[in-house]
Amino acid sequence: MNRLIVSRTFRIGERLLGCHARHAGQEELRLQQRRSIKTHCRHLAYAKDLFLGQVNKAEVFPYPEIGNDEVEEIKQLVAPVEKFFSDDVDSAKIDREATIPLETLQGLKDLGLFGIMIPEEYGGLGLSHTIYARLNEIIALDGSIAVTLAAHQAIGLKGILIAGNEAQKKKYLPKLASGEHIAAFCLTEPGSGSDAASIQTRATLSEDGKHYLINGSKIWISNGGMADIMTVFARTEVEVDGVKKDKISAFIVERAFGGIASGKPEDKLGIRGSNTCELSFDNVPVPVENVIGEIGGGFKIAMNILNSGRFSMGSSCAGMIKKLIELTSEYAATRKQFNKSLSEFGMIQEKFAMMALNAFVMESMAYLTAGMMDRPGVPDCSLEAAMVKVFSSEGGWICVSEALQVLGGLGYTKNYPFERFVRDCRILPIFEGTNEILRMYITLTGMQYAGKILTGKIKEMKKGNIGLAIGMVSKKLRTSLGASVDLGLTGKDGVVHPSLETIVDEQLVLKRVADVLIHMYAMTAVLSRASRSISIGLRNHDHEVLLANTFCNDAFFKNNYWMVQLQKHSPENNDANIKKIAKQVLENRAYICSHPLERTY
Amino acid sequence: MSGRVLVGVKRVIDYAVKIRVKPDNTGVVTDGVKHSMNPFCEIAVEEAVKLKEKKLIKEVVAVSCGPQQSQETIRTALAMGADRGIHVDVSGKDYENLGPLQVSKILAALAKQEDAQLILLGKQAIDDDCNQTGQMTAALLDWPQGTFASEVSLEGDKINLVREIDGGLEHIKINTPAVITADLRLNTPRYATLPNIMKAKKKKIVTVKPADLGVDVTSRLEVLKVEEPPQRQAGRV
Repeated sequence: MNRLIVSRTFRIGERLLGCHARHAGQEELRLQQRRSIKTHCRHLAYAKDLFLGQVNKAEVFPYPEIGNDEVEEIKQLVAPVEKFFSDDVDSAKIDREATIPLETLQGLKDLGLFGIMIPEEYGGLGLSHTIYARLNEIIALDGSIAVTLAAHQAIGLKGILIAGNEAQKKKYLPKLASGEHIAAFCLTEPGSGSDAASIQTRATLSEDGKHYLINGSKIWISNGGMADIMTVFARTEVEVDGVKKDKISAFIVERAFGGIASGKPEDKLGIRGSNTCELSFDNVPVPVENVIGEIGGGFKIAMNILNSGRFSMGSSCAGMIKKLIELTSEYAATRKQFNKSLSEFGMIQEKFAMMALNAFVMESMAYLTAGMMDRPGVPDCSLEAAMVKVFSSEGGWICVSEALQVLGGLGYTKNYPFERFVRDCRILPIFEGTNEILRMYITLTGMQYAGKILTGKIKEMKKGNIGLAIGMVSKKLRTSLGASVDLGLTGKDGVVHPSLETIVDEQLVLKRVADVLIHMYAMTAVLSRASRSISIGLRNHDHEVLLANTFCNDAFFKNNYWMVQLQKHSPENNDANIKKIAKQVLENRAYICSHPLERTY
Repeated sequence: MSGRVLVGVKRVIDYAVKIRVKPDNTGVVTDGVKHSMNPFCEIAVEEAVKLKEKKLIKEVVAVSCGPQQSQETIRTALAMGADRGIHVDVSGKDYENLGPLQVSKILAALAKQEDAQLILLGKQAIDDDCNQTGQMTAALLDWPQGTFASEVSLEGDKINLVREIDGGLEHIKINTPAVITADLRLNTPRYATLPNIMKAKKKKIVTVKPADLGVDVTSRLEVLKVEEPPQRQAGRV
């Protein structure tokens, strides 16, 4: 039964998320399940064990450090980029004219910012994830530029970088590193956004077997209007065990191949300087040498690309919030009302504390994740990166709104940059994987892992080590929750309850689990960072301790509240009612209450 | 002629930083404050690199006097195109009391040691505004000087210079070797691009002590007190 539960979860989860299959096909999976669940070789970093109540201190303490040389290097690299952004980037103009001027774009290319992580042998800077995150703190000061650069190198050319063969790298990377060619990532379609596995663009092999012809359309493609090299995902027919299947493959497509048309740039709320448009592919001939990785392996590549780019959102948002704190505090200290400066009022002070806390947590999480990713062996930090993304995008949105609030009416005008920051930030919870999808990913991946481990324990039970297994399972559940709490998850003998089968559909439950986990990772990051700051005596480390303690206090209570809400029949849990309300509203596609002024008599 | 140019670069508090005086009035707060290359020194480096690109000189050597952190400033000069660096190690109390007289003695000694054809400096540093180092260095070496240069052109073994002075622009012609100090409109310094910074890592910086050059850095000046300028009062129209 246990095998069935986990395997059903596995398969349902797979269908929902599509991508997180470690194996190429579902058939292979079912075959394996008849034997046993194989532990795959993907080495998830730290967060997975949080689902089992285990804190792998060795992975996160001490806070990752970089060598003295790298610290010097970062100072050197940061200086000209900061100067460029403060002197030569007119963000207001970029936003107003909805385009990045060519001189600015050229300046960015000359600085080398188009190939930060491309290895030096291909003409890039060959810098680590940590330094990439650090540079993003500055680049994020202009949202349009940040998105243009990220679309180019964090996702656009990443496929070639992580899954391309030597020939493809040699052919394409040098011009991409210098910025002579710009890259774009083409996955989303009108009918396939979050459900990326359902894309319809098709690549058919030509008669002579030398080309694939791509047909279809893509939307919301950043850099779509100016990209020369695109990573395009399309369905291809493959044969698996003699059966013809439709699998997604990844292709390097040059605009020069012909047949590609870009639509007009989308008129967006924010990041207006970034070019976003539709792309249509009409029998575009792509040589077979341009397939990235294996035919049929495109989905995995797509997910790896997206997973690896997310972590830098933490440092981008932190950089932006730090700048906002400077701008806003200048105003709060000088503006006087009721004969006091704004900075003397409690509600204003709270906003600054919130901004400082958020920046602190985002920085800590981002660099902890980057540090883990820079470790040898390239551990898979996709869970952690997703957590960073969710926290940073939502925290950033709130902070930017509160910063505008401090300036009141002035903040609402275009004379100040705050309204632009607010508009630019609104995209953060949406792109690079919507926060809703990422919460599901975080929870289900973790549960899948935990389910496997727990299944192992249950097997032990079956073999007769009952005491050991029960002890471990219930201990884990108890200690991870801090008390003996009945989640309705354990039945007799500590066996994982069959209701977990349908857990994938219980989004409100999963959302809380995700939030708890995200906060736990955040707490880990701030504790690790503050501990290091104390140990080495960094300047203002007592302020860091203050921030860490305040955040952890707050997060601890929030976590406990969510856990309480998760309890079976918890009165704090309104989920059943919420679902009822939503059902009634959605059935009628309107607000259904009678107007309060109506009479029946 | 050796074709070698010595460029002096100084590490100062960044121009955008709001300066605060230390509570004990002995100086300004430098701890944790952002520092960068003196803007006029940047212009000097740019001019030297331009001369090298025009093939009028062969080698640009960047020099800085100060503590370990001065090496960052030299690295920036290397990233802008200088070929190698010399770091004259002066730290602690000596560094706090380091002024134009000692620096010019050091530069004079280095010019002789490196057989320099030209010394390029910024006209003044934005922290002390002394505007003395270039002039003193030229005097110590008994070399001609072209200060407040807004245009420099080499003509054989002579230099044509346009100087920005209060009355307007002065055109002079001086012999080499010479000392030139750069003014604001001489050029627009290039950005040290990230690829160039990476390449600069391979360039050498040599560390020497003032004593090695036979220079005594004890100061003849004593700072009595540092205080903020009086607060601006409201004006009247």
